[in-house]
Amino acid sequence: MSLLRIRNLSVDFQTSGGLFRAVDSVDLEVNAGDILAIVGESGSGKSVSMLAAMGLLPWSAKVTADEISFDGTDLGGLRGSARRKLIGRDMSMIFQEPMSSLNPCFTIGFQIKEVLRQHLGLKGSAATDRAIELLDMVGIPDPARRLSAFPFQLSGGMNQRVMIAIAIACTPRLLIADEPTTALDVTIQAQILELLTGLQAETGMGLILITHDMGVVAETAERVSVQYAGQKVEEQPVIDLFDRPQHPYTAALLAALPERATERRLPTIPGAVPGAFDRPQGCLFSPRCRYADETCRTVAPPVQSAALGWARCHYPLSATEGVIAEETAQ
Amino acid sequence: MLRFFLSRLLTFIPTFIGVTLVSFAFIRLLPGDPIIVMAGERGLTDERYAELQEKFGFDRPLAVQFWEYLTGVVQGDLGESFVTNRPVWDEFFALFPATLELSICAIIIAILLGIPAGVIAAVNRGKFFDRALMSTALVGYSMPIFWWALLLIIVFSGNLGWTPVSGRIDLLYFFDDVTGFMLIDSLLSGQDGAFRSAARHLILPSIVLATIPLAVIARQTRSAMLEVLSEDYIRTARAKGLSSGRVNGLHALRNAMIPVITVIGLSVGTLMAGAILTESIFSWPGIGKWMVDSIFRRDYPVVQGGLLLIALIVMLVNLIVDLLYGLINPRIRHRE
Ligand SMILES: Nc1ncnc2c1ncn2[C@@H]1O[C@H](COP(=O)(O)OP(=O)(O)OP(=O)(O)O)[C@@H](O)[C@H]1O
Ligand SMILES: [Mg+2]
Repeated sequence: MSLLRIRNLSVDFQTSGGLFRAVDSVDLEVNAGDILAIVGESGSGKSVSMLAAMGLLPWSAKVTADEISFDGTDLGGLRGSARRKLIGRDMSMIFQEPMSSLNPCFTIGFQIKEVLRQHLGLKGSAATDRAIELLDMVGIPDPARRLSAFPFQLSGGMNQRVMIAIAIACTPRLLIADEPTTALDVTIQAQILELLTGLQAETGMGLILITHDMGVVAETAERVSVQYAGQKVEEQPVIDLFDRPQHPYTAALLAALPERATERRLPTIPGAVPGAFDRPQGCLFSPRCRYADETCRTVAPPVQSAALGWARCHYPLSATEGVIAEETAQ
Repeated sequence: MLRFFLSRLLTFIPTFIGVTLVSFAFIRLLPGDPIIVMAGERGLTDERYAELQEKFGFDRPLAVQFWEYLTGVVQGDLGESFVTNRPVWDEFFALFPATLELSICAIIIAILLGIPAGVIAAVNRGKFFDRALMSTALVGYSMPIFWWALLLIIVFSGNLGWTPVSGRIDLLYFFDDVTGFMLIDSLLSGQDGAFRSAARHLILPSIVLATIPLAVIARQTRSAMLEVLSEDYIRTARAKGLSSGRVNGLHALRNAMIPVITVIGLSVGTLMAGAILTESIFSWPGIGKWMVDSIFRRDYPVVQGGLLLIALIVMLVNLIVDLLYGLINPRIRHRE
């Protein structure tokens, strides 16, 4: 049974200009022991879709889905208190914004111990010991002293580690890490990723890693889901994806990688992710796609087979391989 | 913290001089000559008038009068009432506990009702409770105090006969001032029914005086909560699986209290203004009523001294609020 299963998830935000669809019929499945990466440019709905699964979207968001279930339990039908037993314990999330994600009025220690007490009933010195242990795990020096620090007394990177410590405090079965390393410098990025994958290997939890960084994807993930403008446009095992990207957007993303820039011709992807009011008809990527034709611009593309990476595209790349080879040769 | 406190104390000095000047000028700007007012219907001869002018120092230039007043004030001498000839200090201290008791009750009512109301409204934003509460707050805020007081008197004192209309306690009871707070003194006196009587006298004026601060605190709490509730750290708190009571009542409210504390401090100033009207309506023997009576009598030293002391109290309360603010906001507390 899959740990997290999402089918046909859509999220609409009420904005002053009407409804804005931030996530558009996304499917996703993670099993225990899986590492799934979700990649895509800024604004492609990566965070929003995972916040929807956690039930953490603000009131202005309207979530619809055929299914959102955790280990067979339908999360949508779960009442408040039952859901709260799960969230933060079996299923937890590291947020993207480390500086603002911790409460400025409470100490680090308080904020870690709070979750230990909520889910594990740890109090007093047992909680303190565990909190120190967690801070040590995420590589915070002098953890005992840090317990009494306030978030604004620590750097962004330190705050991010505290967030990670909170998220892994109850050894979750599924951890969603939303760009856990963006606030950190490169050497620490590697440490944190190692920590997360190490923990994953040790506990067999499922890990969803949201990132912009294809390098990180290549190093850590097993499977990759590519999102564009709220839609999942492709999903493949990581090796296949790097080897044979099916959606032109994926190909463009890969080409944007520094070490690949010489091999392919797309150093950056021209254009921008469509917003609320410039959503194209047909394929959402068509205005930026070098292969787009009239069909792409007018007809919404189908989702292709698993062999074609579930690509949401009229002309998946390996189906039109000859054409690309020709163009690259020119 | 100590340095913060001392620097705040330093800013008191110019404020203090300003307030002295304003209160000195204010009463003199009112039409009406205190000596004529004192003489009343009988009138008085020109010689007697000149004599009194000299006695009170009104014949000298204003600047000289102010300077003398200021030097007196600095030495703690606020002068004597023209009417009773008692030192302003003594009168103030005799009447102040009544006002303090009323104000404390009012602010407690305003805080105990206003903060929960604001929190509940924010959590249920846009729903019926929120709308109803905020409209009520708007009405409470904009209603003229005397009209509201009369309405309450008509209903609770007139129609229902539950509460007395004026004073602090039934004349039946008599006991010594120990603390000056009628609620406490009546208990200490051990007289049967004294406390009940004091409480019944206190309730209507407290409600009237609490109305505006209550509305202000409820609205400020609501807007501060709304802002805080959309913060990332509230999402974190919810992601921990905490109960909504803990998320709203601890994580959100603790942050929302920072602006609310400021507003509570500011409403102490409003409270003093409200006390003047409320005390007059309910014949509450406090400094508000004392000030109004003295203004009508053109009792210069009392009005000047009273205004100055009221201003001093407001400043002091604001200083205390600032200290509290530091306690509740770790960013300020830990600023080196
Ligand atoms: N509370 C909100 N109200 C309205 N629109 C929102 C809200 N939160 C997110 N959005 C919109 O939803 C879209 C998807 O946002 P999301 O944060 O999921 O992007 P993302 O893929 O995580 O991007 P990034 O890589 O920058 O984190 C964006 O266009 C964003 O503006
Ligand atoms: Mg994001």
